[in-house]
Amino acid sequence: MNLSGKKITVHDMCLRDGMHPKRHQITVEQMVTIAKAMDEAGIPLIEVTHGDGLGGASVNYGFPAASDEEYLTAVCREMKNTRVSALLLPGIGTVDHLKMAVDCGISTIRVATHCTEADVSEQHLTMAAKYEGLDTVGFLMMAHMIGPEELLVQLKMMEDFGANCVYITDSAGYMLPDDVSARVALARAELRPETELGFHGHHNMAMGIANSLAAVEAGANRIDGSLAGLGAGAGNTPLEVFLAVCNRMGVETGVDLFKAMDVAEDLIVPLMDHPIRIDRDALTLGYAGVYSSFLLFAKRSAEKYGLSSRDILVELGRRKTVGGQEDMIEDLALDMAKARDR
Amino acid sequence: MSKKVKAAIIGPGNIGTDLLMKAMRSEWIEPVWMVGVVPDSPGLARAAEAGLKTTAEGVDGMLPTMRADGVQICFDATSAYVHAENSRKVNEQGAVMIDLTPAAIGPFCVPPVNLAQAVDARAMNVNMVTCGGQATIPMVAAVSRVQPVTYAEIVATVSSKSAGPGTRKNIDEFTRTTASGIEKVGGAKSGKAIIVINPAEPPLIMRDTIHCLTAEDPDQAAITSSVHAMIAEVQKYVPGYILKNGPVFDGKRVSIYMEVEGLGDFLPKYAGNLDIMTAAGLRTAEMYAQEILAGNFVPTAA
Repeated sequence: MNLSGKKITVHDMCLRDGMHPKRHQITVEQMVTIAKAMDEAGIPLIEVTHGDGLGGASVNYGFPAASDEEYLTAVCREMKNTRVSALLLPGIGTVDHLKMAVDCGISTIRVATHCTEADVSEQHLTMAAKYEGLDTVGFLMMAHMIGPEELLVQLKMMEDFGANCVYITDSAGYMLPDDVSARVALARAELRPETELGFHGHHNMAMGIANSLAAVEAGANRIDGSLAGLGAGAGNTPLEVFLAVCNRMGVETGVDLFKAMDVAEDLIVPLMDHPIRIDRDALTLGYAGVYSSFLLFAKRSAEKYGLSSRDILVELGRRKTVGGQEDMIEDLALDMAKARDR
Repeated sequence: MSKKVKAAIIGPGNIGTDLLMKAMRSEWIEPVWMVGVVPDSPGLARAAEAGLKTTAEGVDGMLPTMRADGVQICFDATSAYVHAENSRKVNEQGAVMIDLTPAAIGPFCVPPVNLAQAVDARAMNVNMVTCGGQATIPMVAAVSRVQPVTYAEIVATVSSKSAGPGTRKNIDEFTRTTASGIEKVGGAKSGKAIIVINPAEPPLIMRDTIHCLTAEDPDQAAITSSVHAMIAEVQKYVPGYILKNGPVFDGKRVSIYMEVEGLGDFLPKYAGNLDIMTAAGLRTAEMYAQEILAGNFVPTAA
């Protein structure tokens, strides 16, 4: 694979996707410390939001240690070069949240929908595109669930609503490199040349790096990862590892590798409540194609009702659940416990 | 057969057609007009076949004769964007407007919770909140009538096929209007609504999760019995309103897991979200009709 000379933008997820394994309890102070260190390391873009996006504070997804507004205000004002993004899932957050985040000083808004439901983002992308200079990104989750042609239709929809960048998101960490190549290559061939293309991976099958490279080769120029892999499931593509690979392959990221490694080792790893690794349940997410942030919910319900978390996750996959259906997990566990006790 | 109150349905789409099928079975409502905007719409054709007067000129096409035709109740099954204008026009002709869009310009009505008050208030426009609101607010009210609820949150999961273009274009309206209904009708101090659209095939039946946080420790027995009683009330007009699990008590959290299967009139059975809207709208209209027929209420232009 020859990627030499390609220029990409890496986007760190620690302070958004990383909120999942932290049960949304990262403090404002921790966020500011980490964000400043990332700024120092030259990471161009970082995401700061509740794990489930703006307005995610809820019983269903978890109440965070601070509000999105508090996190964003505190981080944005400390950034020298690094730009800050926020995530918004229509159905959870609204355009009011979007306006708030813009007022806090974000440079990028990412509007995320399930891969077949791009049309629910019209309201939000259209509004975002009207803000002068706001980087407007459409983000299609669980993209393994449909083929490249179907995915292209949805990506184009987001492009038409005003997204200047669209993402293929492997929320379940299910894809293999060929799956990524096929989707990215078709999108690159068919979308407007000026539309940027991104890939967001999860490391549940240890494919984070390989998939991200496949994405770059097929024409993606934005790659999500998180230092030390802090993210849902087995984490996101471990960013410092990806950066090292990029350096070896001559892909230009503009990030200081050793500084990034130090942030991962000295700030992110000590923050973890448990090791972010491919344990049995995280592997099941990737294997069965289940939304990565279901992991801890399944573990908790399994413990509460005396069930196997793997059984719960496999069943969630079989039922084709999508992102946001965390409420289904306790409901399903209750059904499974009833069936067992019958 | 007893005398009925004549009604018009505005919007011959899936909702309007399902509503028509339900209304034709009503003891109190006689649908006489179907109003659309697309001349060759299959919904208008079906309504004409059922013997209704139809127009493709929008509400304006019905206005000149609606008073003479005796229309006293209108249902709006179009969109929030055009609702206010539709409502003003039919109100001027002395007809009550039952709003099935999320426009929410009139007071909210969730039949088993506040239908009597809504009708007593003689409002010329009542709003049916949202599908998620109809499916979940009764449960919030079932908890809040036992003890104070500081926060209630609902998650409505609907099949992709049952989420129409109106909902998709303005999904924020759903979350805002539902949250407001959770507070105003459900009785929670603060409310939040989440909607998830799932494209699985075969389509999933509408699911609703209701989480309430009570101010004090929940009275488990009283809440459980209140929830079951409320479900029985909803089942009077939506027989497929089923408690799947719960109430689950966890500290001050009370969680209720529901499934809503529709009657399958015009809409498929999985679209319980749409069925509960049309059923609730019709139930509201019937209550108004009974008041009108009893001579207790004469709808008049404001």
